[in-house]
Order: sequence, then C-alpha cells, then structure tokens
Amino acid sequence: MPADPLLLVGDVGKRFGGLQALSAVGMRIEHGQIYGLIGPNGAGKTTFFNVITGLIKPDSGSFMLDGQPYEPSSVHKVAAAGIARTFQNIRLFSDMTALENVMVGRHVRTHCGALAAVLRTRAARLEETQIRARAGELLEYVGIARYGHLQARTLSYGDQRRLEIARALATDPKLLALDEPAAGMNATEKVELRRLLERIRDDGVTILLIEHDVKLVMGLCQRVSVLDEGRVIKEGAPAQVQRDPAVIEAYLGRAHET
Amino acid sequence: MNAALANLRRHPRYGLGAALVVAIVLLVLPLAAGALGAAWVRTLAFSALYVMLALGLNIVVGFAGLLDLGYIAFYAVGAYTFALLASPHLTDNFPAIAHAFPGGLHAPIWAVIPLGAAVAAGFGVLLGAPVLKLRGDYLAIVTLGFGEIIRIFLNNLNQPLNLTNGPQGITLIDPVRIGELRFDHAAGFLGLRLSSLQLYYYLFVALAALSVLVCVRLQKSRLGRAWMAIREDEIAAKAMGINVRNVKLLAFALGATFGGVAGTLFAAFQGFVSPESFSLMESIIVLSMIVLGGLGHIPGVIFGAILLSVFPEVLRHTVGPLQEQLFGHVLIDTEVLRMLLYGAALVVIMLYRPKGLWPAPQHGIAAPPSPNREEA
Repeated sequence: MPADPLLLVGDVGKRFGGLQALSAVGMRIEHGQIYGLIGPNGAGKTTFFNVITGLIKPDSGSFMLDGQPYEPSSVHKVAAAGIARTFQNIRLFSDMTALENVMVGRHVRTHCGALAAVLRTRAARLEETQIRARAGELLEYVGIARYGHLQARTLSYGDQRRLEIARALATDPKLLALDEPAAGMNATEKVELRRLLERIRDDGVTILLIEHDVKLVMGLCQRVSVLDEGRVIKEGAPAQVQRDPAVIEAYLGRAHET
Repeated sequence: MNAALANLRRHPRYGLGAALVVAIVLLVLPLAAGALGAAWVRTLAFSALYVMLALGLNIVVGFAGLLDLGYIAFYAVGAYTFALLASPHLTDNFPAIAHAFPGGLHAPIWAVIPLGAAVAAGFGVLLGAPVLKLRGDYLAIVTLGFGEIIRIFLNNLNQPLNLTNGPQGITLIDPVRIGELRFDHAAGFLGLRLSSLQLYYYLFVALAALSVLVCVRLQKSRLGRAWMAIREDEIAAKAMGINVRNVKLLAFALGATFGGVAGTLFAAFQGFVSPESFSLMESIIVLSMIVLGGLGHIPGVIFGAILLSVFPEVLRHTVGPLQEQLFGHVLIDTEVLRMLLYGAALVVIMLYRPKGLWPAPQHGIAAPPSPNREEA
C-alpha cells in the first residue's frame, strides 16, 4: 500500500451560471512530482487552480493535502495548510522591495502581533531577524539576491516571475502551484525556469504546473492531466498523453471526412 | 538631499544626532513662541495633536490603503469619553450618578487616555467590520457616512436622555492633572516659568513622539508588511496566508486608537467639546495633511500635519493685517482664503508631486546597471 498522495482531489464541480466550468475533476499528485495540468484555452485550468487554492468556492469536491482533509474555504487557510501559488498575471506587492515581498511570504509561518512589534520584545526581534534571513536565502535561491533592495515593479519580467516563486516558497509550502510561470518568457528564461523548478522539486517541494507551453510540460513533468471543457480527458505520463487521440482532438480539432 | 538622507540611514549615529537636534528644537520652540504671543504656543500644541491624528489616519490610509473619510469620529469619541468622565455634565443630569459620586466625576487623565483609546478602537472595529469588502470610492462613502453619523448622534443625544448635551456641548471639563501639577495654571520648572499652554505643548509633543515611535515600529513589523501587502494587492496578500479580515480590522482599530488619545487630550486642553469641532471638514483636513505630506511615509505625514496646522495661523496673523494696511479694510476673509489656498495647494500637489511633498524614497530608479536588464 503506497503512502498517501500529497494532493488528492476528487469530484470537483463548479458552475458559473449556464457554464459548467468543471465537472467531476479529480487529481492525484504524489510526493516529489512535478505535475502538469494542460488543456486548450477555456478548458477550466485556472478555474480548477483557483478552486484548490480557495479563491473560488466549488459546488462540490473533496480535498486532501498530505493525508489531511482541507477545506478550500478561504485563501489564507489554504496557504496555512501548505499550498502556495503564483499568479498567471504576476501579482507582486509592486511598491515594496523584492526582499519585503518575500518577507511577506513568511507571514503565515510567524506569529508576532502588534503589541510585540510596538514593544519590540526579544521574541519579536528574533523573529524579525529570522524572517529577514530566510527571505534573503530565498532570493539567493531563485537567483535575484542582488535585486533585494529594489522595488518589485522595477524588476524585469523574468525576475518578477522568480520573485513570485521565492515569495510562494517563503510560506514553506508542501505544494507549490504555478499558474503559467513561463508565459511571456523568452527561450533563455524558459531554460532557467526549468532548471529552477527541477531544483525546487529535488529539494522536496511538490509542484503543480499549469502551462501552455507543451514542450516545457512534457520535458519537466512526471505526470500530466489534460483538461478540456471542464473534464479530465486524459491522465498519464507525458509520452502517453501526447499520443492520445482525444488530446490531439482537443487541441487540433477532429478531422472531418468529406 | 537624497544622498544626505541615504547617508543618515547608513550611519545611525547621524540619525541620533538629527534626533537630538529635533528634540532640542522641540523643547526650545514654545519658549521662543511664548515671546511672540500665547496664540503661537497654542498653535504649536495643536500641531502636535494633529501629528497624532495624521499618524493614526496614516495607518489606515497610508499603510493599509483603506480610504477613510470619517476619521474625525474617533477624535470625537475620545474627546467625549473624557468630557463625560471629567465634567459635571453626567452628575448634573443623572441623579443616580451624582449619588454614586458625591464629589463629582473627575476621572484622571492617565486612566481616561487608555480608556478613550480603547473606546475609539472599539468604534474602529465597529466601522471596520461592515466595510471589509469595500474598496476605494465605496469605502470612502461609507466612512464619510460613519463620521457624520457620530457627529449627528452627538448633536442629538440630548434627549430623551441628555447624554451629550447636544449642540451646546459639554463645558467645565477638568484640565490635565498629573500628581500635584495642574495644567491650567502656570508652573515653575528649574527656574523657568511655564504657562499652561506651554505645559500642554510639552505633554502633547511627548505623546506625539511616542506615537511616532509606535508607528515606526508597526511599519517595520510583520503586521506593517501585511498592511502594505493588502494595500498593494489584496488577493496576493491572501494567497500569502494573510488573514485580510483581521489585519484590516486591526488597522481600523489601531488607527482609531490614535484619534481617541488625541481626542482625550483635546477635551482636556479646551475644557469644552461640542459636535461642531468634529465636522467632515476636519476629517478632510487630516486626510489632506497625510496626502500633502506623503501617504504612508511617516516623516512626510508629520511634515504635512505641521504644515497644514501652522499655515492657517500664519495666514490669520499676516493676511488680515496686510489687507488692512493695503486697502484699509479686509477684502477677503482669511477663512475663505485658507480654503482657497488649501484647494490650490492640493491641485498643485496632485499635478506635480502626486506622492506628496516628502514621499517615501523610491528604490529601483537608480538601480545598479545590469547587463541583461533595461531601465524599467
């Protein structure tokens, strides 16, 4: 009997008015995987993503993280449970420095309140030092330590993506969920991103990756789910998925006989 | 200037020196102003009160990014808390209370300051809770309404139970008393004779300095970062595990606390409170102070508060007499002129210095050159 999977999601349904955005979507992500979620535009990838991270309330579904049931009822609780995410359109705290952005990520794992901050107690100072040190390490880890003092909005696009990943890692996640991290990146940046994600996985963080770039997904992921019109049409190893007629049809359309 | 500031930051010893200079100036200022006339000392004391108000509002608007147009309500709450607990009003109107306190109600200020702060914080939460989901203009409208509700309540709660004495306000409020020292009389210190106004000035400045310390520490804390994260992007802040509801309520409550403390001092200082002092205009003036000075930047906020509280007095003392001399009579009332100049100043600020006169330093514009990065 294998150990519990890291993420086990079953039977997720979500309807927006007349549109069934997700129907009976399930997913099983094992520890230490990079798991890919692909599908054509409008397939429901981001909706699914928003459901498991608590941003959208599902109509139905069961959710288990690392053997523990979790309720994706509010975003901050999901973060506390151990899922950290990035956004398709980068959402940094743009007027804060890169270092401060990552420091915010430590919020959920630290405790000091207003009174301790005002009195600057020993515990508060110690915690603050640790937050700063950890944030610095993470900037180093993703390779943008030299921009720590700059405001996030002044960073280049690729560096902003890295900063978002560093900020997410600061919450000590079990699952790092990335919404199209390679969007808008050039070839060099994509290679660097791939190296970074592999390193994160090797350091023990499981990754869920939504991505348009099929080449990147196929090269990086151990398993892939294909979503189309709110349903999982195929789940398996990348090579299998790639050859599947239903997947090809979803992407390219059906060949009509004349 | 900026280089000098950066230098300051890098060498704490210069910072200490600067703080010492500021402290000496603050200590000597009322003595110098006293020579010019008591009105100036009064203006300076009020400046210190406004600094506290502006710092409190800055927590809500500047740090957490929640536009609050009813902030003066918390000032009113603090003022009426002290007014009710340290004046003959309640004992005159409620025999039961008169019976319980045969010597009259004379709550000491050191007890009322925390109480006023707590009551104001409670009102802060009361305002904050229903507006958690509102942002921008909508939030501004609701908070504006809240400020007006408080004022109208104060104006009308003279019947059926006379709680606030309505538009007549509450008089005969005790002055500040600390031990044997009564702030409504002059007192001698180390051979110096300090007037009542000067005593109040020192008290207010001390509390304003404490407020600055509290604000600086909050800003640089985990909580301060959470506020700023919410201001920058609420959804991303949530995704970082920040409990946005609690953190926002805390901003409202802590911001209100400053208003409550300032209000308590105001009531003791004036000896009289009435709803008139807590109009929408006051909220707008405090908001102008922080916008003009530099939203979210504590030195800027202090600067804005001092500028906008001293400036009308300067105007009053110069423009009136000047017009008399030039035209023989006053053409434009200083009050009208003040509003005109406020308006003009805000327009000019918005056009040329949208981040305020003394905004937070920007990091990144002079970024170290990097081969794979163009200037953003």
